[in-house]
Amino acid sequence: MINKLKRSIISIMILANVYGFASEKLNDNKSDKYLGKQLYQVYCVQCHGITGDGYGINVEDMSVLPKDHTDKKEMITRSDADLFKAIKYGGKAVSKSALMPAWEANLSDKQINAIVVYLRDVCCSDEGEK
Amino acid sequence: MKIITKIAVLILFAFNISYADIRTTVKNDCASCHSFKKVETDFTQRLERKGSPLYYAGNKYNESWLINWLQNPVTIRPGGSFPPNHTIVTDEGDIIDEKTLPKHMKLSQKKAKEVAQYLMTLKAHQDLIDKVSYKAKKISKSSGRMNFAKFQGCLSCHKDSSTEGGRSGPELYTAWNRLQAKYIVSYLKEPQLWDKFTMMPNKHLKDSKIQKLVDYLKVIGESNDK
Repeated sequence: MINKLKRSIISIMILANVYGFASEKLNDNKSDKYLGKQLYQVYCVQCHGITGDGYGINVEDMSVLPKDHTDKKEMITRSDADLFKAIKYGGKAVSKSALMPAWEANLSDKQINAIVVYLRDVCCSDEGEK
Repeated sequence: MKIITKIAVLILFAFNISYADIRTTVKNDCASCHSFKKVETDFTQRLERKGSPLYYAGNKYNESWLINWLQNPVTIRPGGSFPPNHTIVTDEGDIIDEKTLPKHMKLSQKKAKEVAQYLMTLKAHQDLIDKVSYKAKKISKSSGRMNFAKFQGCLSCHKDSSTEGGRSGPELYTAWNRLQAKYIVSYLKEPQLWDKFTMMPNKHLKDSKIQKLVDYLKVIGESNDK
């Protein structure tokens, strides 16, 4: 009887921990997405566009069109690590256009990760999906 | 002798009053859009910025340009100080809603001179200016253009003529008249040391690359004069 009770308590504790961890992750993800969106508005929309479709205010005289972040088919071919590298070290670092600058002096790694989380939302969530 | 001393004291006193007066006027009239001290909170301050920081104006602008511009303020940043605040999404792509760009107040010639003189006394970041030098070298407009547009990618965000270039950054075909050469050199070297939350990336340019860019700004600035 006591053993059964112990097992139940342990099971409840494990479930509570898993739930707590999952909801903490969910909250982290939400706050990263919000931070990422803010950062995207400051550093990215000029070229990639307010909606992320690659038609920002600067594109008219650009020799290479910025990436369309709403293009799911293209975006799922890029890993998070690739996106991180492109933001931090610039387009050249991932064999893409040199017009994409390196943002390492402007953004911390945490901020770049938040932008990656937001990019995943833009390309691949139900709202952001093309 | 005593009379001369008294006159000198009176002149200094009068000058000090008028100087204090212009300082108060500038801070009252300009501080709602321009910062007069280094305020670094986090990047979100960029979302609210309405005008350039002025606490280092004396190390940034050319006084003669300031005097003229304050009498006839024209757009320097096609998209305003923070372009997303003036951007609208259309079917053809994002555009700047020019109606939302704030208009700068116009000053009389006398007031413009007084304000410019005061702004030139604001010399924060003198240490950064002292670390750099600039001596113009020859460069052809075409090779300078190639470097500016293709190799360094500056054209993506900045105009190098009234008709071509990006809209998010300040126009650069007027930069030579507007800005001190040493400021341009220093800013290109380490933009974040001037403005921690600038939207300008650090290109980690070698001195020789910076030289070429500034020479090109000189060439287009001077041809823009004629």
